[in-house]
Amino acid sequence: HLATSLPLPSERDHLRPRIDLIAFMIDIKSKYSLKNVEASLAHVDANFFLGKVCFLVTGVGRVNYCSVDMNAIWKLGEVYCSPVLFCELELEGIRVATAQRLLRMLQICAGHIPGVSALSFGTLMRNSADD
Amino acid sequence: DPQRTAFLLRKQWTLYSVTPLYRFSDAHLRDYARLLSAFIAAEKQKGLAVEVGVELGTKVTVSCLPDLKGSDQDQAAILVQLSLRSPAAPKNSEEKLIWSGWFCCVAGDDLSQNVPEDFTCLPLFLVNGAESYTAIVGSWFQKTFDCYFRRLAISPLNLSWMAAMWTGCKVDKTASAMELVFSVPRLPQPLDISYAIHPEDAKALWDTVQKTPGEITQEEVDVFMDCLYSHFHRHFKIHLSATKLVKVSTAVASAHCDGIIKFLQSQYLTGVLMLLTELAISQIQ
Repeated sequence: HLATSLPLPSERDHLRPRIDLIAFMIDIKSKYSLKNVEASLAHVDANFFLGKVCFLVTGVGRVNYCSVDMNAIWKLGEVYCSPVLFCELELEGIRVATAQRLLRMLQICAGHIPGVSALSFGTLMRNSADD
Repeated sequence: DPQRTAFLLRKQWTLYSVTPLYRFSDAHLRDYARLLSAFIAAEKQKGLAVEVGVELGTKVTVSCLPDLKGSDQDQAAILVQLSLRSPAAPKNSEEKLIWSGWFCCVAGDDLSQNVPEDFTCLPLFLVNGAESYTAIVGSWFQKTFDCYFRRLAISPLNLSWMAAMWTGCKVDKTASAMELVFSVPRLPQPLDISYAIHPEDAKALWDTVQKTPGEITQEEVDVFMDCLYSHFHRHFKIHLSATKLVKVSTAVASAHCDGIIKFLQSQYLTGVLMLLTELAISQIQ
């Protein structure tokens, strides 16, 4: 399900399936997208931040179009204890690889992978990013 | 001495980053001028003519601008100028300056400290003149000193730093308006939005944001820009933060994201060069 901001409209609450993973997309070329994500984060239940949230930063291919300070994004990942992924949507190979990564994460968050919980996977991702 | 650098003001300079020059010496500037002159003549002979019509002699001068440096560790700026002199014209007639390029390094310790003995660090190169001459001069320097030139682009993030920094500068005469130009992405026809702000209002806003004089943080730049964006949104319902900042013009200088700069105040020339040197160094590394 794709939404431009949170909270999701309440009218469709009863029709909505369980949400297993929220990927917040930040376009590095748009300060507005960062502000939007920051505002939307306030509407997310705290339980999601146990491994069911990630930040996806797009537009990283062209450094000279950067309108967002990278430190702000790292800080967001730290404050909300969630991994930060990078991708360039315009390149098909990277787009496909990123989609596969997200799908894998979703499988874990939905509990389809025995022995791996969302929380343990999230911790693993964050620890490897720190290295 | 502002008089000697006055000719650098109010001209449009295209920016390049340059990797350190191998075995460059500021004691041999006359020799370099001679060699470069011969190289240009040879290129013209090859048929890569830059001027159509009468063969005109191109005079090359390479000189030093000792005032343009940050600290004593910096290499003083080197200026290369190409002038045209017609062989038919009388001896004392004015030569016409057709191309200028200067290498410069202001507060480039980050780079010069990490570089072996035989290398000279002049990471910033500024050009005014025809692209064809730039290519010839550039290729001579690349061949002679084993360096590499690359166009220096300025990101919207860096442009917003410049907007904040330059707004805070005290300017003697009546300052010109501060202008920000934004390019709107993903439209069938390109659209640019120009946002002009009265310089006193901009300075007043910056003064309320900046906590420590002489120091600027990313947070302060963000708050400053956000105020300008919300003001615009209140009036026009357009989110400038979703567009790309492409040009910043203030009384101190104006900068374009394609790597084009114009210096407008001699007292802040070194300050702006320091910022540009930093950008050039990060592009090299």
